[in-house]
Amino acid sequence: MERISLKKSNLFKVATVFLPLALIPLFDHNPYHLDLFTTVGIYALLAMGLNVVVGFAGLLNLGYAAFFAIGAYTYALLSLHWHCPFWLGLPIAGLVSMFFGFLIGMPSIRVRGDYLAITTLGFGEIVRIAFNNLDAWTGGPNGLLGIARPKLWVPSFEGGLHFETWSFSVNPAPYGYLVLGLVAGTACLLLRLSDSKFGRALVAIREDELAASCMGIPTLKVKLYAFGVSSFIAGIAGCVFAAKQTIITPDSFDFVLSVLILAMVVLGGLGNLWGAVLGAAVLGTLPELLREFADYRMLVFGLIMILMMIFRPQGILGGQLIQRELDVRHKESADGAS
Amino acid sequence: MNAALELFIQQLINGLTLGMVYALIALGYTMVYGVIQLINFAHGEVFMVGAYLALTAIWILAALAGPLPFWVSFAALLVFSMAGSALLGATIEKVAYKPLRNSPRLTALITSIGVSFFLQNAVMLIYRSKEQSVPEIIPHVQVSLGRISFSLIQGVIFLTSIGLMIFLTWFVKNTKLGKAMRALAEDPEAACLMGISVDRVIRVTFILGSALASVAGVLFALYYGSVNFHDGYLAGLKAFTAAVFGGIGSIPGAMLGGVLLGVFEGLGAGYISSQWKDVFAFLLLVAVLISKPSGLLGENIPEKV
Repeated sequence: MERISLKKSNLFKVATVFLPLALIPLFDHNPYHLDLFTTVGIYALLAMGLNVVVGFAGLLNLGYAAFFAIGAYTYALLSLHWHCPFWLGLPIAGLVSMFFGFLIGMPSIRVRGDYLAITTLGFGEIVRIAFNNLDAWTGGPNGLLGIARPKLWVPSFEGGLHFETWSFSVNPAPYGYLVLGLVAGTACLLLRLSDSKFGRALVAIREDELAASCMGIPTLKVKLYAFGVSSFIAGIAGCVFAAKQTIITPDSFDFVLSVLILAMVVLGGLGNLWGAVLGAAVLGTLPELLREFADYRMLVFGLIMILMMIFRPQGILGGQLIQRELDVRHKESADGAS
Repeated sequence: MNAALELFIQQLINGLTLGMVYALIALGYTMVYGVIQLINFAHGEVFMVGAYLALTAIWILAALAGPLPFWVSFAALLVFSMAGSALLGATIEKVAYKPLRNSPRLTALITSIGVSFFLQNAVMLIYRSKEQSVPEIIPHVQVSLGRISFSLIQGVIFLTSIGLMIFLTWFVKNTKLGKAMRALAEDPEAACLMGISVDRVIRVTFILGSALASVAGVLFALYYGSVNFHDGYLAGLKAFTAAVFGGIGSIPGAMLGGVLLGVFEGLGAGYISSQWKDVFAFLLLVAVLISKPSGLLGENIPEKV
């Protein structure tokens, strides 16, 4: 019985946050605002996905943009060569990205801490350079263009029942709803996940890997699954991104993006799902609000990361667990000194 | 001599030149890692700032003094750039890393990424354009033997780098501060109990590492004749690869790793494909981290500096 009420409360939380957002496109018809709305949604997906690995499991992944790229290129190639519909491409992009997540994760998770960060960074760069150099498949630095937009089949009753295809166009509103739906769905799933055995195992590993493995948690397996879930979400986000832009180039998936997403997670609060969404909203809209200071954007990101780590390492909404973990070292050193 | 051998020797010389630059940067990574176990992500940017400081010094020299003998201007560049970067390194340590001395490693690593972004964009805002060309300071003279050529600037790079490496080895082995650094690397608590001022030693480590990186920056700027604020990221990452390859924490390891990485890259670019040369470096990095994180000279890990 308790599980059902928990499920209800998660759905309720997600609905209260995202339903009001669904009203925005009804009142605000400014395409520029709606486009920003969609972009922030894609960032939110990425931030939530990265949060699974960095926040829950405590594994710093600095090559996250690579999984976003793999999702985007998967859908682009499927669409260009086989005219694969978007709705089929979406799960395939997620799965292909997840496959690469496992592939890259398997050797990487064996190395610990800061070395893992550098390993993932190395893999991320290899993927980007590969997309840049494999001209025959990926169009090299020019990228791929003419990627199909999503289509819907709308029932029509004129002259008997048949379906008419209705394609997304340059109008950003449908993308806004699509992304909002995906963000809400992902949030629901991740909230369920964080309350599950798997989620608890991840947090246990983050808090103390040795103790976790002594408790019988298969740490390598759990960490690998976290990598898989996280890259699946990035793949989904990449697919939506490719369908929205209709053109993708390797430049869109560089190290700066990986760090930007990391900055969102850090700003919102490591390990906190709502924090990731909030971080995406803040860092996604901030540059648009400060248009005239566009050149200072990355400078400000750098500064935010430094200041957050020094003054509020748990982030704006940081959870209690994280706070406890960040205090551990202080306690240890205090004990050592006494 | 046959052409194939000549080509090989030429690529070897080019690779060694690049390797010297990597080695100088790698030393900073390895020293800082040895003392506080931090991957100082911003180290590559210090190298880049060093290159920009050299450019600035050239502008100042051109405005204030007339034509000087090349070695005088070169020495002036080195002094200016080293002083500026040493100051920068000490400031970064004090502002960004010192408050996090007792935090988890990942916290400091994220901070150092923040510092890296901050510096990159600060340089972009100050110097405005993406790429700046560096006026020629060292005359373009070269010795040729068949098709093998060895230029004066390459000679300058070899001499400067080897001189600095000898100096650093002597410094760490024989001076009081060097011994303190080694003690701190081995056991921070015991070092502290022996009356070593931990803060001071860490500051000196950052100053030394930054000065070495800035020398690399000066040499790099003069060798390629241009500077770009993005250079620090890639060069930094490759130097880190070199440090890991040689065995992070080990000074001879960083030198060996840097030189070997430069040679691999030179030969790889010459014989396989220059388009994929960055991938070789990253593959090496990932392979070493996964299979042998202690690196080539990993045996002397306990004696980290």
